[in-house]
This record gives sequence, C-alpha cells and structure tokens, in this order.
Amino acid sequence: MIAVVGLIVGVIAGLLLQPVIPVWLQPYLPIAVVAALDAVFGAARAIVDGVFSDRVFVISFVSNVLVAALIVFLGDQLGVGAQLSTGVVVVLAMRIFANAAAIRRKLLGA
Amino acid sequence: MSTNRSWVRVRGALRPKRDASHLLVGALFALLGFGIVVQVGAADDNLATARQSDLVGILDDLSVRSDRLQAELRDLSATRDRLRSGSAGDEAALAEAERRAAVLGILAGTVAAEGPGLVVTIDGVDDAALLLDTVQELRDAGAEAIQLGDVRVVASTYFTQAPDGRVQVDGVTVDGPYEFRVIGDPRTLAAALRIPGGVLDSVRGGGGDATVVEQETVTVDALRALSAAGYAQPAP
Repeated sequence: MIAVVGLIVGVIAGLLLQPVIPVWLQPYLPIAVVAALDAVFGAARAIVDGVFSDRVFVISFVSNVLVAALIVFLGDQLGVGAQLSTGVVVVLAMRIFANAAAIRRKLLGA
Repeated sequence: MSTNRSWVRVRGALRPKRDASHLLVGALFALLGFGIVVQVGAADDNLATARQSDLVGILDDLSVRSDRLQAELRDLSATRDRLRSGSAGDEAALAEAERRAAVLGILAGTVAAEGPGLVVTIDGVDDAALLLDTVQELRDAGAEAIQLGDVRVVASTYFTQAPDGRVQVDGVTVDGPYEFRVIGDPRTLAAALRIPGGVLDSVRGGGGDATVVEQETVTVDALRALSAAGYAQPAP
C-alpha cells in the first residue's frame, strides 16, 4: 500500500519540480532506475513467496542502485562505459523477466 | 492451493501498516518514481547528455545512413535523367515518324491534302491521252497532289478510253468537263500548262476549252485505299 502511495508521490514530485539532472549524475540515473526496478520485482516475488522483509528490500534496493552506479563509474573510468552500461541493463532486465515469470507462475499458476 | 496462498499474501502486503521500516520502503518507492520521471524527461534531449563514445557511434550511424541516402539519390537521379532523355528521344522519333507518314500518305493518296495550287478545267475534249499528258506535265512541274474529278491521281493511276469514247481513270468513268485539282507552286504549274505546244494549246487545237485558275488554297480530298505490295519487299 505504502509502496503505491510512495510511487505516486514520487511521480507527482518529479512532474511538478522538473529538476535538471546534474551532469555528473546523468550516466548513472538510468542504470540506477533499472537497478531499483530489479529490486522492486525481487520484492514482489518475495511477497508472493511469503518471505518479504522490509529490511531485506531496503538493503537490496540501495545496494542494487549503488552497485549499478559503481559498475557504470568503473566502466567510464576504463573507457568501456557504454558497453558496461549495456551489460548491466541486460543482466537486470533478465532478472526482472525471471522474477516476473516466477510471480506469474505463483499468482496465475501458469 | 499455493496460488490462493500467494493471492492472500499479496492482499496482506497491500494492507496499510504503520512502522518505521515500512515508511522507508515508501520513501524508496517515491525515490524510484521520481527517478523514473526525471529520467524519462531527460531522455528527450539525450544528445546533450550522451557519452562521447555514444556520440561517435551516433555520428557514425548518421554518416553511414547519409552515405546510403546519397548513393540512392545518385541512382534515382541517373534513372530520372535516363528516362527523361529517353522520352525526349521517343518524342523526336514519333514526330519524325508522323511527318514521314504524312508525306508518304500524300504521295500514296491515302490522306487528304491542301495547299496553294491550281484548278484546271478541260472541256470539250474526251481524250485519255491528253488527260495523261496533262498529268505528266503537272508532275514535271512539281505537282505534289492531283485529283481528277473524284479520283486521286497517284503513281499507278492509268487513263483508258472506253469503247464508247468515255474516259476511264483507274477504271472509274469520268465525264467532262474534267476538273483537275492540283497542289504545287501555282505559277510554275500554270506556266507548264501554258507553254507553246503544251497542254492548253493541244486542248484548243482539239476543239476544246481549258481554263487555269490559280488558288491560294486547293483541297485534294479524294482518297485511295492502300493495297499491300504483293511481291515487292523493302530491300535491306
């Protein structure tokens, strides 16, 4: 419940404020968003499995975002930022699909 | 049933709860929503924020595409030029063919013709040889189209004297007065007919009467059906 409310609040805040992203954050934000989405899907799967824990979710969310940002940062320093970003997005997208498939199997039995 | 239990868990998760860590979850979701919206807004002007390597890739893509489009443009321009010059050539060939068809049609008597010329009327003499002489004289003087009565005079035209004394042209009986309609240079034609001992003298010597009228516009509208050549073929 509070998750839905928080999401709505965040979207409205983003629409109202229209913030300009600082240049140093620009490469990291899209990856961070995808990493956070991965954490959210993982949390949804945990709920369906009955093993959800607020603590685990918060830690996985934050660590996902940080690790993703770190990988992109390292990639940029090594000169392979674009490729590493693509790799991170691919891996996260695969995890999201896997989690979504697990949720679907549990909820719909298919 | 595990599916049912799962639904119960989902419903339980949606129930409002109030403790600190739950509020933290809400805050993270707010952050996520915020990030998504900001990123979606920023993705619109992504060129300004793209990495150098991305920009190089985009530039590369664009120049490759530009090269391809340039090549296509060249191809299409060449095709257009070829078609345009081809159609111009076709038009010229068509105009030339039509001109030749008109000239040959007048020669063969398959099309009507008009132009400056003479109207020659011969009366009182029923002599096929005299009429043939007249035609020869007119041809020598450059007549381009000749009509006698209702019969077009062409290369194969012949004049005969029927047993009853009437004149036949190409097998068609023609009665006097004989009216020639001739297209050509009127002065030359008239002079050719008037030379001493020529056609007009012969008519008058035979007891007949002839008049020559020069006209600005003479219409030769008798036509002749074209018969296919039975033996002659164009030599290569």
